[in-house]
Amino acid sequence: MNEPIINVEQLYFSYASEEGGEQIPALAGVSLSIEKGSFVAMIGPNGSGKSTLAKCLNALLLPGSGTVHVFGMDTREDALVWDIRKSVGMVFQNPDNQLVSSIVEDDVAFGPENLGVEPAEIRKRVDAALASVDMYEHRQKGPHLLSGGQKQRVAIAGVLAMESQCIVLDEPTAMLDPSGRKEVMDIIHRLHADGKTIVLITHFMEEAAQADRIISMERGKIVFDGTPRQLFSQEDNGHNLDMPFAVQLAAKLRSRGLDIPKQAITDQELVEYLCASK
Amino acid sequence: MRIEVKGLTHVYSEGMPFETVALEDVNFVLEPGSFTGLIGHTGSGKSTLIQHLNGLLRPMEGAVIVDGVNIADKSDAARALRRKIGLVFQYPEHQLFEETVLKDVCFGPKNLGCTQDECEERALHALSLVGLDGKAFQDRSPFGLSGGEKRRVAIAGVLAMEPDVLILDEPTAGLDPAGHRSILDMVRQIKRERDLSILLVTHNMDDVARLADHVLVMQSGRLVMEGTPLEIFSEDAKLQTLGLSLPQATRLMNMLAERGCDVRTDILTLQEAEEEIVRAFI
Repeated sequence: MNEPIINVEQLYFSYASEEGGEQIPALAGVSLSIEKGSFVAMIGPNGSGKSTLAKCLNALLLPGSGTVHVFGMDTREDALVWDIRKSVGMVFQNPDNQLVSSIVEDDVAFGPENLGVEPAEIRKRVDAALASVDMYEHRQKGPHLLSGGQKQRVAIAGVLAMESQCIVLDEPTAMLDPSGRKEVMDIIHRLHADGKTIVLITHFMEEAAQADRIISMERGKIVFDGTPRQLFSQEDNGHNLDMPFAVQLAAKLRSRGLDIPKQAITDQELVEYLCASK
Repeated sequence: MRIEVKGLTHVYSEGMPFETVALEDVNFVLEPGSFTGLIGHTGSGKSTLIQHLNGLLRPMEGAVIVDGVNIADKSDAARALRRKIGLVFQYPEHQLFEETVLKDVCFGPKNLGCTQDECEERALHALSLVGLDGKAFQDRSPFGLSGGEKRRVAIAGVLAMEPDVLILDEPTAGLDPAGHRSILDMVRQIKRERDLSILLVTHNMDDVARLADHVLVMQSGRLVMEGTPLEIFSEDAKLQTLGLSLPQATRLMNMLAERGCDVRTDILTLQEAEEEIVRAFI
């Protein structure tokens, strides 16, 4: 087991309500730790607090009460905010809202420039970051000429150029078409294999199933924390979410008398069990 | 209402360095009462195509003929027909602008020249069609609603114009699974109640398999496949070259067949897959 790099303890957070009504806490007592090098998927319905939690991980939001520690740094300490944001990079949902420059490589350089990195070092980092998301050949293009998947990969390169150890992605594929989604997921897997810690917020169960660990949120609380297999093999998990197709079909087939173990959570596994039962 | 698209061609930035042929000789018919799925890779021309269907873009070549009238005509008849084709853009909630939900939904009928009473009557009916309680929502600010509610209000704004054809460009983009399901259930409900024809632009093959009776497939500005969902999704190899996938049920049945199991592969939905596997394995 690796050392935890993020520690969240009894985190509460409420947004200021506009119409003077009652404040509903977006986060109501969340505790978790994230280990170095892990790949964590965060799921849950809209409004369950996933994005709020993500923004607390790099001090974009500060705890109402409770604490968030990133690499041992308390996010409430003003003096540490730049180090925290350097360590935990964010990628958001809308590719058009997070590219700031009119040239791809300038955009990727924006982060390290702001951190005061030497120009020669910036050059090196930008080239390496673009190469690792397969966008090096597009480095001179304007972002408006890129597809959604390409823009998201540039946004990821921007985080890589800051040498963030942990990357938090808030529904990075929600606005992409299937091939764009695959491009981005392939890159996420590659970064994870290279040792980056990944926190992926998603509504797509097939994406969540690819992580080592799934955290499911509802109404500001964690309602499940475990492996995808544990989550999807619970028959009626009581959590308000869509199961992967194979899990749904396997449940139906079991109710019709076919003997399919609950461990079958992917298409491939379901097919194996069916063929073996013949 | 029958929409006939004939030889439709559209070029963006013609004569400029970034000249792009967005549509090239597209031909098809949307029959009255049909539910058509329009699929294709990003950049295949889907959005350009639908903007021609209610006259937002004028064809450079070819025509869109609605009930025998060319809708690009300057006649009153063409104008009236254009208004019967409702277009819901992607992320329609970005177009909400009024102070209250009721005013926002009234905007369309007001522009059609309806009286205030008529506008409000239509708006309240449209809100009920999208599953919102008009009385509870009418005075609220559209900006204080949840994402799913905003989208419903925006769709109500189009429905209040009482279209005969409803075109939806990825109406579920960015919604969570529950929101996704409820928007599509709503579309089906509206189709039943209003008996209109639907054109659904989507990347989700399972939705096409479940809902559509006719499918159009675009690639690089051309209509490359057309048929029933069964016909389209039986051509796995061709879909793959277009960067498109199969419905999950069809994909699983194909995997079983490849492993030598004696199962049918003309399966589109979870229910059909369940029945076929039970038939083959019990």
